[in-house]
This record gives sequence, C-alpha cells and structure tokens, in this order.
Amino acid sequence: MFRRPSKTTVLTLAAMVVLLAFSVWAEHGLDPYIIRILNMWCIYTILVASFNLIYGITGQFSLAHAGLAAIGAYTVSLLTLSPEAKQLSFLLAPPSPLIANVQWPLLPALLLGGVLAALIGFVIGAPALRLHGDYLLIVTLGFSEIIRLILVNLSSVTNGAMGLKGVPYLSSLTWTIGAAIVALTVIRRLITSSYGRALMCIREDEIAAEALGVNLFRHKTIAFVFSSFFVGIAGGLYAEILGTVDPNTFRPALTYAVITMAILGGIRSLTGGAIAAGIYTVMSELLRTVEAPQMIFGWDYPGLPGLRQLFFATMLLLLILFARKGLMGSKEFSWDWLFSRSKSSDSKGSERSHEQ
Amino acid sequence: MNNNASILTIKNLTMRFGGLVAVSDFNLELREGMIAGLIGPNGSGKTTVFNVVTGFYKPTQGQIFLGNHEITRLTPDRITALGLTRIFQNSRVFRDLSVFDNVMVGHHMRMLSSPIPAIIRTPMYRKHDEVARERTLWLLEQLGLIQYVNEIAGSLPYGLQRKLEVARALATQPKVLLLDEPATGLTAEEKDEMIDFILRVREDFKLTIWLIEHHMRVVMGICEEITVLNYGKTIARGTPAEIQSNKAVIDAYLGEG
Repeated sequence: MFRRPSKTTVLTLAAMVVLLAFSVWAEHGLDPYIIRILNMWCIYTILVASFNLIYGITGQFSLAHAGLAAIGAYTVSLLTLSPEAKQLSFLLAPPSPLIANVQWPLLPALLLGGVLAALIGFVIGAPALRLHGDYLLIVTLGFSEIIRLILVNLSSVTNGAMGLKGVPYLSSLTWTIGAAIVALTVIRRLITSSYGRALMCIREDEIAAEALGVNLFRHKTIAFVFSSFFVGIAGGLYAEILGTVDPNTFRPALTYAVITMAILGGIRSLTGGAIAAGIYTVMSELLRTVEAPQMIFGWDYPGLPGLRQLFFATMLLLLILFARKGLMGSKEFSWDWLFSRSKSSDSKGSERSHEQ
Repeated sequence: MNNNASILTIKNLTMRFGGLVAVSDFNLELREGMIAGLIGPNGSGKTTVFNVVTGFYKPTQGQIFLGNHEITRLTPDRITALGLTRIFQNSRVFRDLSVFDNVMVGHHMRMLSSPIPAIIRTPMYRKHDEVARERTLWLLEQLGLIQYVNEIAGSLPYGLQRKLEVARALATQPKVLLLDEPATGLTAEEKDEMIDFILRVREDFKLTIWLIEHHMRVVMGICEEITVLNYGKTIARGTPAEIQSNKAVIDAYLGEG
C-alpha cells in the first residue's frame, strides 16, 4: 500500500536536499569563519530541539543539558583521537588502557556518544523524573555538575582539567546540517505521534493523564532518553567543531544559553528554536566587538569580557516579562503558511491551523 | 439486573493520613450494569474513597478487586488499563489540546506500540492509529461533541468540558466508570441533560457507574443503591427511598437535635 506523498512532504524533502547540497558547496565555497558559525547554528538547533522535547512538550524542566553534552563531546573526542595524540596529551596520568588504543571513524563515535548520553540520561531521569518542578530542576542541575566534576577528576580517561586537545576534524558542515535534519525529523515525528500526544497531556495535567492510562514514568523517561541522545550527538559535534574539549565548556552557562534560545524561539516550536539558534549564534559573534578593546571617539575602551552574557541575560529577562511565547509560540513553520502569505491576504483565517 | 456478577468489590478499606482516619472500614460490592451513588457531607471521605480505588492513594488497609483482579496497590494507569477509570471533581480537560486530541489520548495505551515504530510510522502503527481516529470520531459523534472536534478544549463551556471528560474516559474502554460530582457547577438545565447523558452512556457502553454527587435530585433520580459516608464511616446503604427516610442520614446532613 503505497501512499502518495503530500505536497508538503515533497517540499520538505526538497528543502533537505537543497540544504545538504548547499553544505557540500559551502565547505569549499565559503569563508571558514562563516562555516564555523553555520556549524554552531546546527549544533544549537539540535540542543534547543531536545530541550523543547523535554520542557516545551513534556513539561519537565531539566537543567542537565550541559552535562549530557559533555558525555557526547568526551566520547567522540576520546574515540577519534589517535593513540599517539592521547599518549602525548595525557600529562596528569597515562591514558587508561580502556581508551588508549582505540580510534574510531566519526559516525560510530557520534552514535556511541549519543547512546552513552541517553544511558546516563536514563540513569539521571529514572530517579529525577519522579520529582516535580523546582526539585527536578535542582536534581538535574546537580547531576549535570556531578558529570562535569567527574570529568575533572577522572584524569586517566579525560585528562582532567587540561581537557583534550587536537580532536581531529572529521566532520563537516554536511555532518552538522545532516545531524540537525535527522534530530528535527525524529523529534518532530515523535511529537506528532500518539506518544507526543501523551507527552503533551503529561505537561497539561499529570493526574488526568494517569487516569487515562498514560504511564507517567515510562513516558517521561522516553522523552528524557530521546532528548539526551540528541544532546549527546550535539555534544560530539561540538567537540569536533571546537577541536578541543575541557570541563569548563560544559558549565551550566551552556544550559542557560540553550534555554535562552528555546524561549526566544518559543518553547513548543522546533522551527522557532532553529530560527532562535541562528539569531543567537550570529548575535553572539556580532557582539564580540563590544567585548574587544577598541578606541571609541578617542576613548580607549579596554573591553569587558562577559558583556555578551549580560546582553543575553537582559534579553531573556525581557522575553519572560513581555513575550513569553517567543517568536513562534507553539506554532511551526509550514509550507501552507508560507504560501498563504505569498498569496497575499485572501486567506487570513487559515493562519491558526498551520500545525503539520 | 441485580443478579449479575460483582464487578467492583471493596473489602475493609481504611485510609489514614497520619493521625487522621479519612475512611474507615469501607465495604462495597458493585454488580455489573449498576448505577450506585456515594454521598455524604463535605469532608466525609467520598473523594478519598475514589482516590484509593483509582490508585492515586495507597490504602492503609483493605483490598479492592476489579472482577477477579486485585487492584489494591496498582498505579492509576494500570487500573485504567484493567477497565476502571474516573472523571474528576473539577474539569481536568487538557486545556491546550484540541477536543480530538483529548479523546485520542484515551486510546494511546491500547495502541500497543513503542516509540521507535511510532516515529517510523510502521504499517502496524498506522493501522492502530487509524482505528483510534475512527473510534475517536465515533465517540464524539455518539456524545454529541462532533461539531467541536477541532476546538481547543479549554475554550469549551464548562458543561461541554464535563461531557468531553466522559468521552475521553470512554476512549479507555472502561467497564466501570467513577464520576466525581458530574453535575456540580452546571445550570439546572444542564443538570437534567447530564442525568440523561449518564443514563444513555451507561446503556450504550454497558457500563457500571459509581458516582459522587451533592445534588439530591441527580442522586435520587438515577442511583439504584446509595452509600452514605460521614466522617469516613459508612452510616447507611440502601435504595433512594430507604436513604431518604433514614434517621442517621438526616441527622448527618441537618445536624443532630
């Protein structure tokens, strides 16, 4: 029974192909600096989408993103670094025999990073998801920091506070765009399935959901594990792009950045999140100038590191006060909406129904 | 009808919160197809009994059976899966979801799939999903809610939200339905409609219904057997006529003397 694909499916697939073709061209046709920005955009898109799944859709406020991303980043780094590079960079303690001689290609390394993050996500989620609201927040933040502290202290595996340097650049813009497409597609399809509906019911009213036969623990765990898997993948790509990982990269500030983007885009909108990730990435590059020392009308401005964070914090505050729904609220970008736009105002009323 | 097999049996149920005995030594036997009532003054423990039976509280003592299954310490979702569900005292529709999605959730647990097939949309998943869609539309049609199918549930008037909750509960394919004050908060006209609605639903879906209600016209009008609670103790049980003339009941409601 072959179902004829709808027009929107064809358009979506076409857009994916165009994006991937663009990425192949861009790898050589664009400035490396621009490529780096695009890479970060894709990684943030994945992080935001996975946060939307656990918070926007399921209603569980988790602050474990940074820790879970660290799992992915370290897994990918350790698996792709050559044995010689490990011998050279492990100064605090010789590399554990467990990891000293392995060297994997990128794909299995990334997947294992995702799987390990999902596994740790399960271990964190199993007890934590029984808690509600503030308690869940505190416990997940705690776990995230515990992961970071373990990375600092497990010198024979992680090289401690010195981190890992010279992670080989095996990925490319095609990898990150491809990963973002896969993550968005999988999360979108989960959300629009019968599971997604159950997750939204948990967000709306746990007690009513339970009375309708939704197993709270199972469903919350499913959301958390899927979310963690993609956070792990994003973390692995992050290590690839930076070429270096150290525990400080995965402080809670990373989680807060993801939350800022999610709120800017609209916490229930994957496409809103992707747009917000783009805005955040570009702005954070543009705002570098305000932190740099420079001459302003003859005044020697010494530069203030951290000013960008101040800017984003203010933005988050203003969003929460005045525009809680963010750019897209719970709406998604859709082709129908785009066409109804281009066909001018003859169908104003159809804007509400552009979910799916 | 009263010769039917018993479907819900509660034996010596006691629920204590610290030093407070909310329900003590409660017994009940509901036979298939019955409509029974649970009444009592405010704070007499009616909703507590419902909360224990549906698994939201774990009882201090006692046993609960649904048919031959013991459900005493099961979680609410397991109990719903076995065929007993409830609607709550206040509207608990999923306000941000559509009427359609509210009912679809009731089918979710019967869809026998795991997340990966759901993401891939395997033929099996599609088939289950299609069945759920058809049943949802059929239910909404039956209950006269079909014209609201795409409305956001939170935007419906209260009376329709209550009906939607019943529709949603029916989607889980229950044998026993517990209604916690289904007519409270409705206008007089809506109350009459709700009575007809409950009777019709019981008939069409072959349900056993147990309801808590303050509104005497509703309780006396439809219940075959009524249990009266006061301070967690069962003070009377019988037909509406028996209850109306029971001295202990009148004392509990009007105060002694």
